[in-house]
Amino acid sequence: MAPHTEQLTRPAAVRLRGLTRSFEDRTVLDGIDLDIPAGQFVALLGHSGSGKSTLLRAVAHLDHEVAGSGQLAAPERVSVVFQDSRLLPWRRVLDNVLLGLDGKEAEHKGREALAEVGLKGRERAWPNELSGGEAQRAALARSLVREPELLLADEPFGALDALTRIKMHTLLRELWERHRPSVLLVTHDVDEAIVLADRVLVLDHGRIGLDLTIDRPHPRSYRDPLLGEYRERLLAALGVTEDHK
Amino acid sequence: MTTSASTNTTTSTTADATADTGTSTATDATADTGTSTATGTTATTVPAVPVAATGTVDDAPRGRRRRRRGLAPGKPWPASRLVGPLLLIALWAAASAAGQLDTGAIPAPWTVLETGVNLWTDGTLPTDVLTSLERAAYGFAIGLTAGVALALASGLTRTGEALIDGTVQLNRAIPTLGLIPLFILWLGIGETFKIAIIAIVVYIPVYLNTHAALSGIDHRFVELAEVQGLSKVRFVRQIVIPGALPGFFVGLRLGVTGSWLGLVVLEQINATSGLGYMMFQAQNYGQSDVILVGLLIYGVFGLLSDTAVRLIERRVLSWRRTLSS
Repeated sequence: MAPHTEQLTRPAAVRLRGLTRSFEDRTVLDGIDLDIPAGQFVALLGHSGSGKSTLLRAVAHLDHEVAGSGQLAAPERVSVVFQDSRLLPWRRVLDNVLLGLDGKEAEHKGREALAEVGLKGRERAWPNELSGGEAQRAALARSLVREPELLLADEPFGALDALTRIKMHTLLRELWERHRPSVLLVTHDVDEAIVLADRVLVLDHGRIGLDLTIDRPHPRSYRDPLLGEYRERLLAALGVTEDHK
Repeated sequence: MTTSASTNTTTSTTADATADTGTSTATDATADTGTSTATGTTATTVPAVPVAATGTVDDAPRGRRRRRRGLAPGKPWPASRLVGPLLLIALWAAASAAGQLDTGAIPAPWTVLETGVNLWTDGTLPTDVLTSLERAAYGFAIGLTAGVALALASGLTRTGEALIDGTVQLNRAIPTLGLIPLFILWLGIGETFKIAIIAIVVYIPVYLNTHAALSGIDHRFVELAEVQGLSKVRFVRQIVIPGALPGFFVGLRLGVTGSWLGLVVLEQINATSGLGYMMFQAQNYGQSDVILVGLLIYGVFGLLSDTAVRLIERRVLSWRRTLSS
């Protein structure tokens, strides 16, 4: 935990007050106030270097050596999915999913989670036998098995090809509908944010520049014309106008 | 790199052409003139190359089918490690049979074999081998334990690192065989000092490689362990140690070979048995066949112990898919 962050009393989901983080002289997060209600699917957009990963890492308590202040409260059970699957190459897939857990019951849950992400039958495989998409599914299973109240995802599909990406979008949304954790998905892909999230935040110069609720039914299609409007607003907030594209 | 400018020009043309066609004749041509200079002089041959290149590309689909060679060395041969040594023995036998070797300096393989059998049946060789094996085993076991223990202490705690790492680096800078006189004074001239020296020869590579692997653990995995809420003990057991095993095995193989190396020298100092002693005596009596028997046994033992470590390594690190598998 960052040194200057006071712990608030445990709320239903994420609550940030005046969260500030800086590296050297550069202020990356400049007094962020944010509430994420339990079970909300939030996407966080921003340019590279806008501090979106810094925000996620702060919520995940992964920023020990970063200077900062502010109040931060997050649920007890938090899972993180990284951009790389981060599977330990020397543990079989099921053992990777069970990392940090033990007992027969956990194993049962691990098998269930693998089946849920479509990796049934691959429990005994080594991570380097998996494709990129499969590895990322295994990482999702690893985060699910702990029944998180909050799922933090740091560009989890950034390294996948376009087709695998679309499949993973559907999977993530299905999983969310079944388990209903709060989700904070960091991405630089506007379409990904619009298709998946119910609320999209744009991080700009260390502050939340736009907080947009996307009120369209799921499953959403990339071609939905009404989503186009949201898209334009988000791109404008990111400083990209249509003629630049 | 010292070829003249004119040869460079021709080299680069051939090298570029061969890159496109991939035939074996062309490789011979480049091998003759020296390939390393080719890239440096491509500028001078620019007009010639594209013509040749487009020509071959157009021809390729109609002509012989081009096969892309993989960059990995391909499937391993069965028992490939034996090929070199067997070839060497065959050459040796052929040269001896042809009378090309001075039998006083290098006796024929069958003479060496006969001497070996004689030494074995009269009982001196088994005693010598056993003594040597015992010394190597004791020294190796102590060195291995010390190397691993120190590496763990130094790799996992900052205090350990401060106390141990610099000291071992210092120890490493001192030639271990140079410690022999001092160790004889401290430990006497018996078995103890021999085992101590072997232990030092073994522990250094084991320590260095294990420590490097322990402290080089991927930071991303540290983060993962934090996210998954692993305790310190579990983090070490499930992430740090398995991650350091490949490095440990490199150290282990160097250590195994090192224990045999140390032995040869040590058994020439106040020993009354052992392979090194046997060879030292043979030198006094001009028995080159006995020396060769000793050398061969060292070689065989070295090869066997290295193979054993490799087999263990392959089982333990079965998750790795590398060039060798």
